[in-house]
Amino acid sequence: MNKIPEHNYLAEPKGLKSWLLTLDHKRIGLMYLFAIMFFFAVGGFFAVLLRLELLNPGKDLMEADTYNQFFTLHGAIMIFLFIIPSIPAALGNITLPLMLGAKDVAFPRLNLASWYIYVFGSLFAVFSILAGAVDTGWTFYTPYSTTTGTSVISMTLGVFILGFSSIFTGLNFIVTIHKLRAPGLTWFKLPLFVWGLYATAIIQVLATPVLGITMVLLILERVFGIGIFDPAMGGDPVLYQHFFWFYSHPAVYIMILPGMGIISELISVFSHKKIFGYKAIAFSSLGIAFISFLVWGHHMFTSGQSEFAAMIFSFLTFLVGIPSGIKVFNWIATMYRGSITFEAPMLYALSFLFLFTIGGLTGIFLGALSVDVHLHDTYFIVAHFHYVMMGGTVMAFLGGIHYWWPKIFGRMYSELWARVAAIIIFIGFNMTFFTQFILGSRGMPRRYYNYLDQFQPLHAFSSVGSWVLGVGFIIMAAYLIYSLFKGRIAGNNPWGALTLEWKTTSPPDPHNFKETPKIDYGAYDYDTVMVESTIR
Amino acid sequence: MAIATTHAAHLQNHYADSEQQRESAKLGMWIFLLTEVLLFGGLFVTYGIFRAWYPEMFFNAHKHLDVLLGSVNTIVLISSSVTMALAIRSLQVNSKQHAIMFLILTLLFAATFMVIKYFEYSHKIELGQLPGRMYTYTGVQGSNPHIFFSVYFAMTALHGLHVLIGMIVIGWVLYRTIKNHFSHEYYTPVEMTGLYWHLVDMIWIFLFPLLYLIG
Repeated sequence: MNKIPEHNYLAEPKGLKSWLLTLDHKRIGLMYLFAIMFFFAVGGFFAVLLRLELLNPGKDLMEADTYNQFFTLHGAIMIFLFIIPSIPAALGNITLPLMLGAKDVAFPRLNLASWYIYVFGSLFAVFSILAGAVDTGWTFYTPYSTTTGTSVISMTLGVFILGFSSIFTGLNFIVTIHKLRAPGLTWFKLPLFVWGLYATAIIQVLATPVLGITMVLLILERVFGIGIFDPAMGGDPVLYQHFFWFYSHPAVYIMILPGMGIISELISVFSHKKIFGYKAIAFSSLGIAFISFLVWGHHMFTSGQSEFAAMIFSFLTFLVGIPSGIKVFNWIATMYRGSITFEAPMLYALSFLFLFTIGGLTGIFLGALSVDVHLHDTYFIVAHFHYVMMGGTVMAFLGGIHYWWPKIFGRMYSELWARVAAIIIFIGFNMTFFTQFILGSRGMPRRYYNYLDQFQPLHAFSSVGSWVLGVGFIIMAAYLIYSLFKGRIAGNNPWGALTLEWKTTSPPDPHNFKETPKIDYGAYDYDTVMVESTIR
Repeated sequence: MAIATTHAAHLQNHYADSEQQRESAKLGMWIFLLTEVLLFGGLFVTYGIFRAWYPEMFFNAHKHLDVLLGSVNTIVLISSSVTMALAIRSLQVNSKQHAIMFLILTLLFAATFMVIKYFEYSHKIELGQLPGRMYTYTGVQGSNPHIFFSVYFAMTALHGLHVLIGMIVIGWVLYRTIKNHFSHEYYTPVEMTGLYWHLVDMIWIFLFPLLYLIG
């Protein structure tokens, strides 16, 4: 196989209109991927500027108000425009029907609509940047968000609209997984990435509407002064926090669960060994989804919540460690005595294992009441969620992109450069964020523009780390774009993987499969089935 | 994309058969209804919290809602649910004329609801029984009476918006019924519209006692 197949979804049908009106899940996923990568670059650019400002105490680059706007934009863009849609809407969209042996998702028009809703919502966010960028932090806490002069309404309206996009993706995936599996593909034969997407979709569907109504109430509060979040009028600002975190805590599992799904695929494929504890991993995804709805109060340990409620929430928060731990142990057990190869996707999977474990463990520290009072609103929190979100989700996302790249585009990237970039990103990430654990434990508050001189060396080290990270991403962008034109032809199955998406051509046919694929072997039967790689 | 000739016209080509397509639509619609319940859930929680905080004020303020108009609207909406169900039944037995009649009746009931709501709203606006800062009325005993009207307007306005959207969708399936798009073999869009419409009614059935009948 040394030719790109003639009939593939990238090549036909032709024309801009055929893309903008496409109902093909692969094209929609690809359009998501481009939009998401664009916003990832924008959000990353803000991050580098923030770190540059923090290189020295006092003013380096921007005024304090600008700094407030920049960290808000960094957070809002990264959360709502990048990381929430990243894995499900882009990679999930492309691979889910392929993994199920289906021709498309259940509702292709709804799928396209969700992309347009995403673009529409992002326009509101962009408009908000131009019209006086929000400076409330990405959480839009009242009462500040109802009084600040910046454009809160357009940003929260954008978030409201983006929520629908997320709901529609989740709804589509649930129905697709229930109804469009190939004959013989029973629930316990599904790839674990599908289980991850399923658990994610449940949270998207159940939690996002609550964010929607919260944003509506915030807008009503700001426009009409309805008073329900305003203590001067008999309202309660902590109620806003409860509403916000009732969505936004489950939302962090919207971000991490599909990432965990990818890791399950990568670890098994590159250890060339059957996944260990399939059912435990599958059910732990659902377990995390369930517990995710019961822990929101741990964001309010210091906000005037009752001590009893805080104790309950602390206990429930610890419970999240159980299904997460089950996953990590099962991945390690999968690698044990496997024949591990270290291709780029596997490097990201290993990065995930290290970084997520640190991020998860520090989450347990923060779930402990007395420790949280000390560490609350410090850089320790910042480091914790960057370890989980960037060290976890983004590493899994990058691993997923490298893993499915040959399927999506039919060509290989430079393996050497991919490994170099993966290692640089791993080092840069730890330089940037491990430092922040130390800063936080020594009392450096988050979101501060200025700081004491004693923190300067650590801040500077963290800033240098952000440049290393930046270099890693630029290398990645370069070799990925190069591969689109000059990359080696990948063939159907460069990794010798067993899930269904590798049975079709790369890039796949517009209808995915010539005929509905047969389930000859399990997704992880590496101990009994040997499929030759198409690049070796 | 060519549709295989053996497929019925309504069958999208990524489904194996009509049964699979209808089951998928149903499941999707039920999930959507679940999101609607959670959307309103936020408002019901708000209601619960403030009623617990200000029970007397809520009791006093609710007397300023018109129970008669509320009751009429409840009957109107329940009737519209009946006619909606009858419209679906008519399609199942291939009686197009009846289906059209029942859909028009449903639309009329929905419009009646909105007209009554309009009169209720304009009366309150006149008296200054308005949300939050805009509240100028003085006749309600108890602390922070504007909160009651914030909750009242937020809940009924969101519900009213759903009624309006429902009317648009019912109008659309009415048009398609007239155009002969449906038969006893394929009436999924009408059935889905019915599911949505029953949910809108159900939400009102909770709103009515919570707002109008505080005892």
